Amino acid sequence: MWLNVVWFALFVVIIIGYLIMDGFDLGVGILHPFLAKSDEERRVFLNSIGPVWDGNEVWLVLGGGALFAAFPLVYASLFSGLYIAMMLVLLVLILRTVAIEFRSKRPSPRWRSAWDWVFFAASLGIALLLGVAFGNILDGLPLRADGYIEVKLYDLLMPYAVLVGLTTIFMLATHGAIYLSMKADGALLARVKQWVPRLMIIFFVLNTLLVGMTVWLHEGVADRYFQQPWLVILPAAALVSVIVAWLMVRREQYFAAFLFSSAMIAGLLISAAVGLFPNLLVSTLNSSYNLTIFNAASQPNTLTVMLIMALIGIPFVLLYTAGVYYIFRGRVHIGPSSY
Amino acid sequence: MDQLFLSRVQFALTASFHFIYPPLSMGLGLLLVIIGVNYLRTRDPKWRQLSFFWVKVYGLVFAIGVATGIVQEFEFGTNWPEYSRFVGNIFGSLLAAEGVFAFFLEGGFLGLMLFGGNRLGPRMWLLAIFMVAFGAHFSALWILMANSWMQTPAGYTIQETPMGTQAFMSSFAATVFTPSFIPRLLHTWIASWLTGAALMLSVGAWFLLRVKQHAKLGKATICVALPVFFIFSIVQLTLSGAQHAENVTQFQPVKLAAMEGLWEDTTCAPMTLIGWVDETNQVTYGIKVPCLLSFLAHGDINATVQGLQSFPSENWPPVNLTFQSYHLMISLGVVMIGIGLLAGSFFLWRRRLWQSALVLWVLVLTVFLTEVATMVGWWTAEFGRQPWIVWELLRTVDAGSPVLLGYQVLLSNGMFIVLYVTLFALFIFLLNEKIQHGPDSLASMEERPVNALPDTFREIFRRQSRA
Repeated sequence: MWLNVVWFALFVVIIIGYLIMDGFDLGVGILHPFLAKSDEERRVFLNSIGPVWDGNEVWLVLGGGALFAAFPLVYASLFSGLYIAMMLVLLVLILRTVAIEFRSKRPSPRWRSAWDWVFFAASLGIALLLGVAFGNILDGLPLRADGYIEVKLYDLLMPYAVLVGLTTIFMLATHGAIYLSMKADGALLARVKQWVPRLMIIFFVLNTLLVGMTVWLHEGVADRYFQQPWLVILPAAALVSVIVAWLMVRREQYFAAFLFSSAMIAGLLISAAVGLFPNLLVSTLNSSYNLTIFNAASQPNTLTVMLIMALIGIPFVLLYTAGVYYIFRGRVHIGPSSY
Repeated sequence: MDQLFLSRVQFALTASFHFIYPPLSMGLGLLLVIIGVNYLRTRDPKWRQLSFFWVKVYGLVFAIGVATGIVQEFEFGTNWPEYSRFVGNIFGSLLAAEGVFAFFLEGGFLGLMLFGGNRLGPRMWLLAIFMVAFGAHFSALWILMANSWMQTPAGYTIQETPMGTQAFMSSFAATVFTPSFIPRLLHTWIASWLTGAALMLSVGAWFLLRVKQHAKLGKATICVALPVFFIFSIVQLTLSGAQHAENVTQFQPVKLAAMEGLWEDTTCAPMTLIGWVDETNQVTYGIKVPCLLSFLAHGDINATVQGLQSFPSENWPPVNLTFQSYHLMISLGVVMIGIGLLAGSFFLWRRRLWQSALVLWVLVLTVFLTEVATMVGWWTAEFGRQPWIVWELLRTVDAGSPVLLGYQVLLSNGMFIVLYVTLFALFIFLLNEKIQHGPDSLASMEERPVNALPDTFREIFRRQSRA
């Protein structure tokens, strides 16, 4: 049984890894039409994430794999139930990848601005779709006794889920702006710094609304906090991190700001995960249909093998990822092999 | 329309399109490592110039490979949830392992590979390139492991659960080393090296024929790629292919019968070189070599090979599809050996290759042959596994989704077709532009002299500031 809890925790860690790592490059994509004015500035945006975005996206692939391996019933129900939404996620993921790769391959301004729009729309789309999907998971889905979900696309667009989607967009945009403060220079840096507090305020407002709505609607998530009020420390820590991140930007301690911005993401996701635990998918039809970390998991055999692999693999990943970031540290410089 | 049929079409389409790219990543990766080693050994700038050029091509191939690969990982859940539930314990773990061990390696080091030329000295850059190439091969290892478990499952127990039947892992070692895993892995790796080498041969020959100022680089490219192509085209057919065929005979005999279009149990069974299977009358027409099949399958010309009629017809794969895919692969394999011999002898014959326009044109076209051969090879494996999704455990018709509607899969099929056709057109367009442009001069690529770049771990991680 402890293995199931460990795998729940590990899965949350992988999703946090994805939101922190790929989150900032999604944020950069969301911000770039608003902040980057010239072709040169757009290339700075693109190349700030150029050497690392591909590795960042692997967290999502790992998340998919880990869900498949550790909780195959959830993987099967969720992905098949949200079919059209998942297809849209795949569409925007593909478009974003090729937009980054293709954009600077030709000098034509029309070619470039077309791909710039694809890059923006796809980055925004990923944040929105993943946010809305997560909102639906928090909200509960019409999960049947046979473990399948039958739901129309527009039923997924309930106000609560859309609010989670919007909050995700602004969370990642804030995170991206803070990342850019480490990478941009001159006038662009000044503009980025102006935008950080604006984004933070919007995020703050949306997030407060979201918390209010969660409590008001008595979504399953809020119940745990009524039962164990001390857990409020988690979302509180996330909110404190936002404020500290802003102070750090003002002091030009950009790396520290980025760490606090990452802590904010981790805090929020852990807050949501704690509310969900031990459910993975909540059924709106009958709570006995819920898929939990116990009834939807793989056998202890598989979970043990997987845990060993994760404990061997992930430290290596963190080590060489840190090495790569170190080599590309500092402000962006456009050279002959740049995007 | 039937959603299950459409899901099959969609998986075939998306998997096939994805499979254009990973073999190129592996093959080009291996050859880029060879080019990098050549530079370290000779310090001849042409090798460095080629590294810059081929790394850019690699970036293009890799981007589309990644984008289309994520689709595959998600599609098991979206279109094949019954399959996902059945195999999650085993297949899911292998996919997750691929992510944590291999894909991270590729994705993590890709940035250093693409942009490392001006940040790292040649040794460290080569190390990054090696890590990406190694990651690509390692990635294929896990994927082949997972797919081989579907072909020849082992190390499992079947149990009924409230959520349906599931396969549980009883031995990790047995699920990893299923009987078909090693032969299939080697066959795929070698096919990938051939594909990568063929692309280099094509581009090298094109430089010699049409982009005269790059003739010297074209020759260097061919010198790296030709030996790889020559040796492995022979190894692929005579050693790896033969070993693989024996393995199929032993573990999936009905698949072998379909591949060969063999209907009755036959002693001294002939091998059809080219032919057509009439499935309604259960006859295979074509040019046949007597006793060759018995020899290839069992190593004995008098051995009996089991025909399709020895198996219940509900367990037959689509015979003609499997037969044609397999035979096209074999024929192209033979043609590749011919091309390797032709180009190799012209090369050894006082470098006549450089002047021989005809042979160079053949080389230009080779990459299409290898791509098709690799593709139909995979089709043989997958068509031949039908009607099973997991060999003799789960039928493909039972693996789909009970909540999916026909129009939804029709929509997603439409989306993938439009998207992939566009992507392919853009890929060819950009690749062509890059090839026509040719390698940039080193002077325009290098921002600082090679010797000024950090070339040991100590130099990389000690420097305080970057110029």
